[in-house]
Amino acid sequence: MAKTIIPIGPYHPLQEEPEFFILTVEGETVVDIDLRIGYNHRGIEKLCEQQTYDQVTFVVERVCGICSTSHPFAYTQAVEDILSIEAPPRAQYIRTIIAEGERLHSHLLWLGLAGHFLGYNTIFMWAWKLREEILDVMEILSGNRNNYAMFKVGGVLRDIKKEDIPTVQKKVDSIVPTLKKLRSAVMDDPVLHARTKGIGVLSREAAIDYCAVGPTARASGVARDIRKNSPYGVYDQVDWNMVVTENGDVFDKVLVRLGEMFESVKIITACLSQLPEGEIDCHITEVPPGEGIGHIEAPRGECFHYVRSDGTNRPERHKIRAPTFMNLPTFKKTVIGGKIPDTVITLAAIDPCYCCTERMTVQDLKGQKLYTGEDLIRLSQEKTDQIIAEMRR
Amino acid sequence: MTYLLYVFLLGFLLTAVIGFLASWFDRKLTARLQYRIGPPLLQPLYDFLKLLEKETLIPKASSQFTFVSAPLVGLISAITVSAILWASNMDPQKTFIGDLIVVIYLFLVPSISIVLGGFASGNPLASLGASRELKLLLSYELPFILAILVAVIKSDFSLRLGEILLAQAKNGMVAVSWSGGLAMLIAVICMQGKLALVPFDTPEAETEIAHGVMIEYSGALLAAYHLMKNMMLFALPFFIIIVYLGGLKVKGLPLLYGMLEYVGLVAFLTLIRNTNPRFRTEQVLKFFWGPVTMLAAVAVGLALGDY
Repeated sequence: MAKTIIPIGPYHPLQEEPEFFILTVEGETVVDIDLRIGYNHRGIEKLCEQQTYDQVTFVVERVCGICSTSHPFAYTQAVEDILSIEAPPRAQYIRTIIAEGERLHSHLLWLGLAGHFLGYNTIFMWAWKLREEILDVMEILSGNRNNYAMFKVGGVLRDIKKEDIPTVQKKVDSIVPTLKKLRSAVMDDPVLHARTKGIGVLSREAAIDYCAVGPTARASGVARDIRKNSPYGVYDQVDWNMVVTENGDVFDKVLVRLGEMFESVKIITACLSQLPEGEIDCHITEVPPGEGIGHIEAPRGECFHYVRSDGTNRPERHKIRAPTFMNLPTFKKTVIGGKIPDTVITLAAIDPCYCCTERMTVQDLKGQKLYTGEDLIRLSQEKTDQIIAEMRR
Repeated sequence: MTYLLYVFLLGFLLTAVIGFLASWFDRKLTARLQYRIGPPLLQPLYDFLKLLEKETLIPKASSQFTFVSAPLVGLISAITVSAILWASNMDPQKTFIGDLIVVIYLFLVPSISIVLGGFASGNPLASLGASRELKLLLSYELPFILAILVAVIKSDFSLRLGEILLAQAKNGMVAVSWSGGLAMLIAVICMQGKLALVPFDTPEAETEIAHGVMIEYSGALLAAYHLMKNMMLFALPFFIIIVYLGGLKVKGLPLLYGMLEYVGLVAFLTLIRNTNPRFRTEQVLKFFWGPVTMLAAVAVGLALGDY
């Protein structure tokens, strides 16, 4: 049968972000997939090297609009690793609450989008309506709906007021019944089962081979969660369960995320009730030379930050590895052999976040690198000057 | 004069107006189901008028004559079929023999025009959508015809819409019997497929193939397709009302009942489309050729046994 190329992207209603999947298909069966990213590269790592330690927290917060807590969390951990200190207990609790709130809203966002991709727009609207409650909670706690600006090296910027706790608790509790309704809507729908069960299966072995992280790995039976394996924040001081399922198909990925939402509610409730009194900041003045790593469990999996300090007030090197970077290659296992209608939900099932993942190199055909980081900055500055000159004309 | 009345006033204008209203009702109900406010009453009309003003692009890679004529053929057949339906409904005595077959044919033409337009546009996603539309067409057509056969059997093997109506006026609605009720349910499910609504919206599937067949259409040609779809949103339920529910009586209280029946049918379509995800192409085929065709055959058997 003749092979056809089906492009998904760079601009496609499936995705909010520009990325390009090239599907080679025979009839409706996908026989190969190629992936291009780099349409949205913003040079964040380079940018971080030009900011002070306090400013970098806000820069990395803008790596991704959804994981806007995961990146600052991992970054502050990395810097605290250089300093060999830990944030005060109250700050740790507040960090955990914010991180779990983010997980709740991120999973709800994904659940809605997954429904939308399957043509089930009612689930889409319901999930996003429910997500509003969480965003309200986040607004009460941090003053912001999405970029919370709560983190700083050595603590948090904003305390949780005592009088806010009952309101927050009530709001968090109020989503549980709707969440249960949403779960039963997913579990009981025969058409949904037909569309997601046995689709885009990532076997346990493949998940380990490809170093899949987060819900993508846990749906394939790999019990890997940074919150349990290498506890940070106060995840070792509250009671919660890791959600792991065995089949590795899209349905199980939905189940893992649904289960994690209930666990998140549990964690937030426990943290709010156990919240200790005390300082929220340990007032760092200097960062000594050295290097540190921070890794946390973002909603999509392990988020890893590496920071090297040379003793000045800005990082010498800052490296970010977002979870999607590890999960993207699993498409080679999950998409190939499937049908085109299944591709969409399979691509969406890892909850991809491409802006976190953007990398770029400029190579010639022999694989020789043509530009260094400095060259790219120079090029971009020249381009900016050129645009300014054109606009003045 | 009568032709003008049926084709232009009833077949085109009234059908289009009711189609727009039905489209609004569908969108409003959908919005309320999803905790949204929904569009104002005239929104479908605004959408249509806006599209008419927009530039109409014709892709270079397309086969231009087919690309331009496909939506018009679809629209014209939607007008024709509505005119025939109105004529049979208003004056059951006067229609011609075999108009039921013509109507079934004409209901096929809009789908075929979508297939033609999709293949003609020279876009890989559009041809994928067109081939899906073709598969969809093959899926629902068999049970649809079987379901209509029940009404034909009930009205003494008549292939004239007028006689089906007259038989119902004498013996009561087809839908009230066991076989008729079952057949109507099947016809409604097939109607969902004919209108390409979720769960059978595979040819358009926005998130998979970016509106598939419609991807290259813009401006007035897209407006023609939208008008055609809105008119089908009236014509198909109207057909079901004629065949199974004794037609629409145009005076007094029965008119109200008829309108309620129509609104009920549209509401049912909307409910189905909002409580289901999209089927895969081969799942659609299995669904229609498996359980639905089985049930349709059972309904025909029951009708032959006079149940």
